[in-house]
Amino acid sequence: MEKFIKHTGTGVPLRRSNVDTDQIIPAVYLKRVTRSGFEDGLFAAWRNDPDFVLNKQEFKDGTVLVAGADFGTGSSREHAVWALQNYGFKVVISSRFADIFRGNSLKGGLLTVILPQSDVEAMWEAIEANPTTSITVDLDTRTVSYNELSHSFTIDDYTRWRLMEGLDDIGLTLKQTDSIDTFEGKRPSHKPATLPIR
Amino acid sequence: MGKTLAEKIWAEHIVRQAEGEPDLLYIDLHLIHEVTSPQAFDGLRLANRRVRRADLTIATEDHNVPTLDILKPIADPVSKLQVDTLRANCKEFGIRLHSLGDIEQGVVHVVGPQLGITQPGMTIVCGDSHTSTHGAFGAIAFGIGTSEVEHVLATQTLPSSRPKTMAINVEGTLKPGVTSKDIILAIIAKIGTGGGQGYIIEYRGSAIRALSMESRMTVCNMSIEAGARAGLIAPDETTFEYIKGKPHAPENWDEAVAYWKSLYTDSDAVFDVEVDLNADELEPFVTWGTNPGQGLPLNAKVPNPADYADTTERTAAERALEYMGLTAGTPLKEIVIDTVFLGSCTNGRIEDLRSAAEIVKGKKIASTLRMLVVPGSARVRLEAEAEGLDKVFIDAGAEWRNAGCSMCLGMNPDQLAVGERSASTSNRNFEGRQGKGGRTHLVSPLVAAATALRGTLSSPADL
Ligand code: SF4
Repeated sequence: MEKFIKHTGTGVPLRRSNVDTDQIIPAVYLKRVTRSGFEDGLFAAWRNDPDFVLNKQEFKDGTVLVAGADFGTGSSREHAVWALQNYGFKVVISSRFADIFRGNSLKGGLLTVILPQSDVEAMWEAIEANPTTSITVDLDTRTVSYNELSHSFTIDDYTRWRLMEGLDDIGLTLKQTDSIDTFEGKRPSHKPATLPIR
Repeated sequence: MGKTLAEKIWAEHIVRQAEGEPDLLYIDLHLIHEVTSPQAFDGLRLANRRVRRADLTIATEDHNVPTLDILKPIADPVSKLQVDTLRANCKEFGIRLHSLGDIEQGVVHVVGPQLGITQPGMTIVCGDSHTSTHGAFGAIAFGIGTSEVEHVLATQTLPSSRPKTMAINVEGTLKPGVTSKDIILAIIAKIGTGGGQGYIIEYRGSAIRALSMESRMTVCNMSIEAGARAGLIAPDETTFEYIKGKPHAPENWDEAVAYWKSLYTDSDAVFDVEVDLNADELEPFVTWGTNPGQGLPLNAKVPNPADYADTTERTAAERALEYMGLTAGTPLKEIVIDTVFLGSCTNGRIEDLRSAAEIVKGKKIASTLRMLVVPGSARVRLEAEAEGLDKVFIDAGAEWRNAGCSMCLGMNPDQLAVGERSASTSNRNFEGRQGKGGRTHLVSPLVAAATALRGTLSSPADL
């Protein structure tokens, strides 16, 4: 996983609330067996509309998605995170994220930042007024800044450390193999097993 | 102070706890299907890792399998690729797989319970958000993403932060024709699609206790639609009775039951939030919009967005009505339906098929619509066929299919056409969920059956 310390880029204003994962990446795109190439499915239904924000030339190179409330609701598909990342997004800002989506994104190295709705709206206006507005998301200082403005956000220390170190979860857990062995030694015998088949 | 049921189960599964870090939770059962697992296995291979506990892992093919001609090669190349990849991965890593044609093949959340492998007090995960279904047995069961699937495969554990607890108390008695689907749709309409966010919901109260296991699964299944991480119900005699005799019921039964009986919320435990719902007042519920919280009693009318005080809700309602092609003020019962879908992990179990069959028996479905009946698993299908339910549906003019997720998410050929409108017993009415441009009204199996007969959204009382 790539380290995330600080990112500077331009924004994409997505003025929609309740963007569910079926919109981020429709189910038909989930049939792949690889981890890459999902960018073509990102917001696929909406991209048929020439006026959709991602189809506008001025927002083509945006790397910070600024979205409405309740982003990432619905299906737990992690492909939603990959699609956003494959497309080039490094950060998603919203006033509220669905739990599973947020979990998936932070594990996968896509930073999801929660800001109050009023700040999100101010960002929409600023980006729409000037699409080249440079936005800096600094995980070290936990701030989002643009146009002289700076908003702080909260993220727990552990997740922040992991993102900044670019640490993969499995590697971290495998350091605890002894504790897992001990736990397994004490599991009650009535717990079911899938093998052997009965 | 006492503990809630969720807190008890959580505490029992902590492998490691450290200040400022999520708990490392042991996972008792890991369910796998073809859509969210390929990249996880890919990751294992890349890192040269093995599956730690193949004996706590089970796979089935469900999300994009065809429900017709199941023994022919899958026509859609991408679906075929996913299914073939799952088969190869299970073989390589020694994981038990129930493939098309096998009696235990079916929707992953139907398969666990029917094998008796879903039991009280367990932690259960699957790369699918409706894993919450298994909470009906008094287990902590939740959906995970593909990288978490990889994590569980490699370590049989998952770092997770402990959710807060919410009690939803449903007291009273359901009227005839009102089902557990209506309970959960009413709950979501009440607390909203974000209302359960950050919580494990425990469903409690006399109306919940009175439900069968299958109906309890319907409630827990849709916990995620209220935004919750998981939903559960304390195990009781109904639970034990259901597990008894299933293939994987514990051999040391008495010891297991003694443990299961300790699984309840202590009387002095405190939930972070409590919500009350009166079962006496519930009516059959349907959704009119594009998220499961946009629902109303069937006797109501399509709402007027202008009546919403909250601007976000108003805009969402406007957008939903536009997408759904509905006009404010139209009685819900006048909405004409093109397709009725009876199935999914919400309502594709034998009890659901029985209750719908009872309504359509000896009658004909409206000539203006098609009805798809898709059993949740091959076992459910065979059971239904043994009872003659397939004949009941076929005689009524419905299509009787093989098991799978089917039109619940339209990844296989069972899809709505653009602008087509369904009454569906599944759990999600998102835009395009059942096919691009398709319009979904979520309903109970009883409403689905009555709707099939009348051609418009209807309850059995309208027949
Ligand atoms: S039936 Fe529908 S909700 Fe259930 S697992 Fe399949 S796709 Fe998901």
